[in-house]
Amino acid sequence: MTDFSTAGYLTMDLLRFTTAGSVDDGKSTLIGRLLYDSKSIFEDQYEAIRASSEKRGEEYVNLALLTDGLRAEREQGITIDVAYRYFATPKRKFIIADTPGHIQYTRNMVTGASTANAAIILIDARKGVIEQTMRHTYIASLLRIPHVIVCVNKMDLVEYKEEVFEKIKNDYTSFAAKLEITDVHFLPISALKGDNVVDESKNMDWYKGATLMYLLENLQISNDQNHSDARFPVQYVIRPMSSDHHDYRGYAGRIAGGVFKKGDAVTVLPSGFTSKIKSIDILNESLEEAFAPMSVTLTLENEIDISRGDMIAKTDNLPETTQDIEIMLCWLADKQLQLNGKYALRHTSKEVRCVVKDIQYKVNINTLEKIKDDKIINLNDIACITIKTTSPIAIDKYKKNRNTGSVILIDEASNITVGAGMII
Amino acid sequence: MKNYTLTHLKELESESIYVLRELAAQFERPALLFSGGKDSIVCFHLARKAFAPAKIPFPLVHVDTGHNFEETIIFRDELAKKYNVQLIIGSVQQSIDEGKAIEEKGFNASRNVLQTVTLLDTIEKYKFDACIGGARRDEEKARAKERFFSHRDEFGQWDPKNQRPELWNLFNGKKHLGENFRVFPISNWTEMDVWQYILQENIEIPSIYYTHERECFVRDGVIYAHSNVIPLKPTEKVEKMQVRFRTIGYISCTGAVLSKANTLEEIVEEVAATRVTERGSRIDDKRSEAAMEDRKKAGYF
Repeated sequence: MTDFSTAGYLTMDLLRFTTAGSVDDGKSTLIGRLLYDSKSIFEDQYEAIRASSEKRGEEYVNLALLTDGLRAEREQGITIDVAYRYFATPKRKFIIADTPGHIQYTRNMVTGASTANAAIILIDARKGVIEQTMRHTYIASLLRIPHVIVCVNKMDLVEYKEEVFEKIKNDYTSFAAKLEITDVHFLPISALKGDNVVDESKNMDWYKGATLMYLLENLQISNDQNHSDARFPVQYVIRPMSSDHHDYRGYAGRIAGGVFKKGDAVTVLPSGFTSKIKSIDILNESLEEAFAPMSVTLTLENEIDISRGDMIAKTDNLPETTQDIEIMLCWLADKQLQLNGKYALRHTSKEVRCVVKDIQYKVNINTLEKIKDDKIINLNDIACITIKTTSPIAIDKYKKNRNTGSVILIDEASNITVGAGMII
Repeated sequence: MKNYTLTHLKELESESIYVLRELAAQFERPALLFSGGKDSIVCFHLARKAFAPAKIPFPLVHVDTGHNFEETIIFRDELAKKYNVQLIIGSVQQSIDEGKAIEEKGFNASRNVLQTVTLLDTIEKYKFDACIGGARRDEEKARAKERFFSHRDEFGQWDPKNQRPELWNLFNGKKHLGENFRVFPISNWTEMDVWQYILQENIEIPSIYYTHERECFVRDGVIYAHSNVIPLKPTEKVEKMQVRFRTIGYISCTGAVLSKANTLEEIVEEVAATRVTERGSRIDDKRSEAAMEDRKKAGYF
């Protein structure tokens, strides 16, 4: 690993990013290079994939074997599921959600994108912006990944020409203008040769920007969390009932948005009861304030009825409490979505039931066209639907807060997670 | 404006506490699988933080191979006593005595596979519906595909090709009767994170993680502690070595490293400089390319 001073970890932060694409785009090579050049591949890991590559009769050490962990994946040479990879530099720790491009494409990319701060979108310099690029970009914008990094890869195969890069950049920009993406970066790279990945390219003097590693280390992520709308979904009620803490009643949860301070006036939803924050506790400590995404325990001035699934918010800024919700849905199951069907719905720590009232339109994710007359929602489809819940839930729009704006649907017979929804 | 960013350790801690609270809320009879190794110790520490000032709302379960380092067992018992938590021990020796598991033979015999039998039996006996494990995704390639909430069928099996998608922080712990879950709160931690956290929080760990003199021998490039559970081959020589353990399983699956690291700072420095993974000294993973996947499918954690 890179030179950690023993105190360096006290200032490191955490960036989660997703990479989408197929082996042909050089995705595995890129990840392999990030891990290898940041010295995050250990000798025994490298030796193991070297031996496997040789056994498979491959000419080069196949860095894809590093990411394809399951037996079936190795046998078929495909990636089946999202795999998580880790590396660190003295500045930052990184979590890569490596999503496959072959099968169940959308389902896996949506999963990987749901927790990401950044998305790396790979474009083959020889092919330019293709359907797959648009799909990746659409999902990144749908899931509101705050930062998008477009890597024009295989620059070595187009003689490192600036015109090629500029054309792709322009094509992409005009396409992406239709989508809501806030922060886009473009880089010309060669993952295979290492140009602009960790080290600056010696082959592209015309490029004055940062390397991919520099960009990843320096992306501003402090504003990726919502720091203005204070939201606290109650996960668990702590009642020690011991002699030391006889009357202690704490509400445990992870702050889903904003900042809470001692003394803040808060409202509990959906009941509407109000109180003030008495203390913000973690083990043996009391804090003056706490912010997303911290896990803390709140105690309140008044004894009111609060249980798991309730939402504590600052009284001057409340989420909407409703039973009728419109969502952009990504369907994750083989079995079709049922119009008028009933599903279990999970939103923050709350579980309710819901019924699908209307399927408004389906999205063609290659052309972004809205298809109004197609009500058949299959695996990997994305659609706009309306649902009604059995009891009110306190929600925000997904674009305002990814934590309080997201839901999953669960099939009540099989218990499988079948849908992912973003509240609009 | 004030900078509201957490350090990576604080963010990981917060995520893990969130997972533990979801577990406590979604399951009726959870348990924490506790080996006495650093990962399960960190899970225990996180559980204390998650439920303070109340006691942790689940027992510790140790699947005891009978081939333990004495220091780990002493540590385990003291910890349970100090924090007043229930400790349940599932004994591999008992599974063998009852004929449910058959001891492997030969020089490289191990009780690793047998642990699964005892674990599944213990789960059934106490009707646990979720077991917390300290497994991390960076440890091993099959584990890189694990969920935080990992569904197991009524036979305790993992079906890696058919896992529930896990989006945002919305965990689905719904299950049919007889099925159960494995829950992995420190999925996103690396070995380095674990050590840095132990240093930051000043968490107590068994003495064998620090340097000490021990009678060892070398087999296939791995340094083993000399004990009565691993028979020596005629050519193998026992010598005194200055070692410590990077990972603690039970005696016959855990290799030592030559080390002089005597403090947590020195351990962190050593881990930062090392060029092989910690599982490189775990003999259990070396049996085949998919050894871990196969064990997990059978019900191993």
